[in-house]
Amino acid sequence: MLTALFSCERDNYQPPSVTLSGRLVYKGVPIPLEYNQVPYQLYQYGFGKVGPISQSFTQDGAFSSLLFAGDYKFTIINATVPFKWPQTVAGKPDSLTINLSSDKTMDIEVTPYYMVRDAKISAASNKVNSTFKIEKTLLDASGKNFSRAVLFINKTQFVSTNDNIASVSINASEITDLNNVNLSVNIPSIVPTQNYVFARVGVQIAGINSWVFSPIQKLTF
Amino acid sequence: MKKYIYVFLSFLVIGTGGCSSDSEFLDISPTSILSNEQAFSDPAQVLSILANLYNRQVDITSFNNSWSSFVDFGESFPSDGNYSTVQNNGWGYGSWGTWDYGYIRDLNLFIKRDSAATALSVVDKARFSAEARFLRANYYFEMTKRMGGVPLILEPLLYDFNGDPSYLRKPRAKEYEMYDFIIKEAEAIKNDLPANLNDRSRASKGAVLAMEARAALYAASIAKYGANTPVVKLSGDEVGIPANKADGYYQIALRAAKEIISGSAGGYALYQNKPDLAENFANLFLDKEVNNKESIFFEDYKLKTSKVHNFTTSNQPFSSGEESANGDAGRINPSLNLVENFEKLDNTFAPMAHQDANGQPIYYNNPIDIFAGRDARLAGTIILPGSAFKGQQLDIWAGYKLGNGQVVTNQDASRFVALPNTSNPVQVLGKDGPYNGNVNRTQTGFYIRKYLDPTPGAGSRGTNSAVAFIRYRYAEVLLNAAEAAFELGLNADAVNYINQVRARAGLTIPLKSSDLTFDRIVHERRVELAYEGHFLFDMKRWRLAHVVWDGGKMTTSELVSNIGKATKRNTQPFGLWPYKFYDPTSPNNGKWVFDVVLPNLVTGANNFQFGNYYSAIDNNIIAANPKLVRQPNQ
Repeated sequence: MLTALFSCERDNYQPPSVTLSGRLVYKGVPIPLEYNQVPYQLYQYGFGKVGPISQSFTQDGAFSSLLFAGDYKFTIINATVPFKWPQTVAGKPDSLTINLSSDKTMDIEVTPYYMVRDAKISAASNKVNSTFKIEKTLLDASGKNFSRAVLFINKTQFVSTNDNIASVSINASEITDLNNVNLSVNIPSIVPTQNYVFARVGVQIAGINSWVFSPIQKLTF
Repeated sequence: MKKYIYVFLSFLVIGTGGCSSDSEFLDISPTSILSNEQAFSDPAQVLSILANLYNRQVDITSFNNSWSSFVDFGESFPSDGNYSTVQNNGWGYGSWGTWDYGYIRDLNLFIKRDSAATALSVVDKARFSAEARFLRANYYFEMTKRMGGVPLILEPLLYDFNGDPSYLRKPRAKEYEMYDFIIKEAEAIKNDLPANLNDRSRASKGAVLAMEARAALYAASIAKYGANTPVVKLSGDEVGIPANKADGYYQIALRAAKEIISGSAGGYALYQNKPDLAENFANLFLDKEVNNKESIFFEDYKLKTSKVHNFTTSNQPFSSGEESANGDAGRINPSLNLVENFEKLDNTFAPMAHQDANGQPIYYNNPIDIFAGRDARLAGTIILPGSAFKGQQLDIWAGYKLGNGQVVTNQDASRFVALPNTSNPVQVLGKDGPYNGNVNRTQTGFYIRKYLDPTPGAGSRGTNSAVAFIRYRYAEVLLNAAEAAFELGLNADAVNYINQVRARAGLTIPLKSSDLTFDRIVHERRVELAYEGHFLFDMKRWRLAHVVWDGGKMTTSELVSNIGKATKRNTQPFGLWPYKFYDPTSPNNGKWVFDVVLPNLVTGANNFQFGNYYSAIDNNIIAANPKLVRQPNQ
């Protein structure tokens, strides 16, 4: 009887209970990203196998992981993310050391290649209109061009290249004034009918194809 | 006294005899296990060991991996009930990965034991060894296509049980070292193998050279087009090939292909055995006889053994299918994206003419008429509405279209419906589809014809089909030669090769040197080699995969424009649905009209990420061998 109780305790582990969460920010402003396309990795040391916990940022640029207390390293190894992740002297992706004993919220400051600023999106007479600025934020030699700017709308709150019901695109070469870009798209018929759409504009970075967006807006028409 | 001595002596003899038999008592050769020496003593015995190794080859599409390995990439729609390939928005990083070092080990052991064999003739030993080395090089090629550079293990690794196996950890080779190895092996073994057309399920000189040409072409294009995707590389060259190596590899590819074309590997030739060009093209994949001089190396099947496959059972047209009542038919539905890529006979591209310039429908007397005047490979690869399979006319139509554009149809083809202003119920849907969600019937308007076996019984589960899966064939060798020559600036040679393939398909107006473009090369491979396991790897090596599968949804107008462009988006499979036109007041009553349709179960759009170019290496493998570098962008 004693043995049985003993093995019961031994076999059952506590579930992970410490939350690590935060946002990816540029000068304090969150960077909206493409859903499920920008991964980060967490390594916990002190165990037999070495392997990352891979997860993705949300489309608002937030992250959240439920973990065991311990020492972690946070890194981004993907070279196609729309921001510059610091490199070590050897040219490898750098990492953040995180000592996790209780719930922790942290903002991670990075420099994106671009930011979409002052996006004004409105719906009128079956059309979504947008006005926004494209700001090149990474000005040194590692900066990149962008290939196009796109206005996406969707019937659910997930809005991106994969998730949209309509979009309109303008190539970088056709944009004359980065401080005043206008895009508008017709709202297609939605089944079942709804009187709102979600919309945001994104800028696709050339060569790596990833996106930075404006915050998502719900438009009722 | 003498008697006692004999007695004593005899005891002595028995005693010693007993002693010696004691020590050998347990040393009996087993009757159920062959020693290495015994196993490699008889050629037939060795061949049976080799047969196991042949049977373990890995292909991206194959009959062993079921019909579903032929679907995906926007080239077809799965009418099966599991629509994940058209509902997912892309692929996991682990997709297409392969890491079978157990197979590599068995090949290495075979090569070692074969070389140690004493009872085999020199000729047999050399051929067996060359066959195993071919299989090893071919599997390393398969791994390289999917994973980039991998540890190149050429000896069976032995653990010495000292408690620390870390000395067995090997790092990844550079990607070009993999291709160099494949090319070097091919050159080393090609003359140990017969230049013989007849035994195509075993390695031959032709198979080795075809592998060499294809591998060198892959290496060359990764070197050249890798410049377009600078993020897809690793600093140690485990992934990515330096651009300055491109020309060298193109030259090797051309040389190896030319060696086959010149006839020195046996008299391979394009299959031209039937007067009807479409039937000829379809038959190329069915005909396993010696007179099919096109197939170089294939995976063979044999009826009435366990080595048969159900490709025909899974994909035959519903109305004539032998297992339709049991839910087996019509699964692979080719897409309009592919269909419209088959050129017109004057070498121009055009969408299927279902509308005139004003958007008004064009009326046809027969549904097959809309496909007239096209590349014969269209009807050879795809079963079109209005054509027949096994002599039985297909019944593909989506319903009646009325004069006001309204459609009369019914999900159940056997339930008749009366047309407006009539009282007589009539059939309003083809027995072969298309209707969204009707599984085992086409949902695009097309069925696959390539590999479909018209032999009676081939579509029944009890018999199944013995059609071979061709891994290397002469037309691909010609296209490899054409591509390599084109990239080297030898356009006159290139058109000579590509025109042979095109002429066989009925495109008798030859392309001129000046007509040849990269788009033409890409296009020709897409239509000639459709559903043969090339499309994904071709798009990867040209670094076009992230362009054609960019995750964007497609529109109808986008679908019908820019046909034949290598960079054209191909994220969703479209269909072309035939309707009977019903309007008793119109002269067009009873004629056929067509609609371009995105089947409504297609909800995803393929998004090929940079991290998909090289399949992920499993974390457990990396944890066991920290020398392995991770793939980029995952």
